[in-house]
Amino acid sequence: MKARVFVTLKPSVFDPQGQTIADALHSLGYGTVADVRQGKYFELDLATTETAHAKQLAAEVADKVLANPVIESFRVEVD
Amino acid sequence: MRFGIVVFPGSNCDEDAFHAAKEVFRQDAEYLWHKDTDLRGADVVILPGGFAHGDYLRTGAMARFSPVMGPVRAFAERGGPVLGICNGFQILLEAGMLPGAMLRNRSLKYRCEHVHLRVEQTETPFTMAARAGEVLRIPIGHGEGNYYAPPDLLASLEKNRQVVLRYTDPAGRLDDAWNPNGSLNAIAAICNETRNVVGMMPHPERACELLVGGVDGRRIFESIVGAMQTVATGARS
Repeated sequence: MKARVFVTLKPSVFDPQGQTIADALHSLGYGTVADVRQGKYFELDLATTETAHAKQLAAEVADKVLANPVIESFRVEVD
Repeated sequence: MRFGIVVFPGSNCDEDAFHAAKEVFRQDAEYLWHKDTDLRGADVVILPGGFAHGDYLRTGAMARFSPVMGPVRAFAERGGPVLGICNGFQILLEAGMLPGAMLRNRSLKYRCEHVHLRVEQTETPFTMAARAGEVLRIPIGHGEGNYYAPPDLLASLEKNRQVVLRYTDPAGRLDDAWNPNGSLNAIAAICNETRNVVGMMPHPERACELLVGGVDGRRIFESIVGAMQTVATGARS
């Protein structure tokens, strides 16, 4: 199964890269893009066919390695 | 005393630290490869600056899985002095040996310059030769030195006197204009609760000889050499 893991800075943590991108978009005239948060995206190829197992596994590695829980949160999608 | 200087693939300040220990302070020094599983009798461990494992994923994130980190952690838990400099500090954070995390510098720029640091705590083996309030001029070189801790953790670091160095102006006054990276509370160095593990973003090993523009980094090495002599004298008496 494939799992997709999205890692982003927690809302309380300032994201200077996202802010710079938002500023650039505003200067290009995209004023309706109110805010930008930059993150990371991982595709995991998992040797399992059980959705519950895949979700649990992806969340475990996201928590242990892919994200730093002090500053980042993550979201997992499986199919 | 013997310095153990850990070399990860991508470390690039290991030779500077080795030089400071061996040539400037005339101490025994040994490189420890990241795959080593013992510390070869080191009395103090330095995790040097650089880009360990390419800093893939996050700065310091991969280095915590290197085999040498097991013995380094055990050494620290027995009270052994461990100093993480720059990337070494980032590794200690990722390994959970120090609390908090590093963010990109608020300017998004790599900063390579001399900074001024006020000594906040002298009760660590790496600052005991300094005076509280003393201002040290030591260089930095980093893109991710913007120290972050959630509010409750930050409060407990302050309460437990774990903030060891802060970025200040040359007179030792807190001023946001002299904070090079946006670190919360202008934090440049912290220690763990038992005070034997210290992480600092500035590079003391690059400030040990006049030839390279300053000698204030000597305070850090004088401290640890003095601390180990105190331990040795205590053991003999």
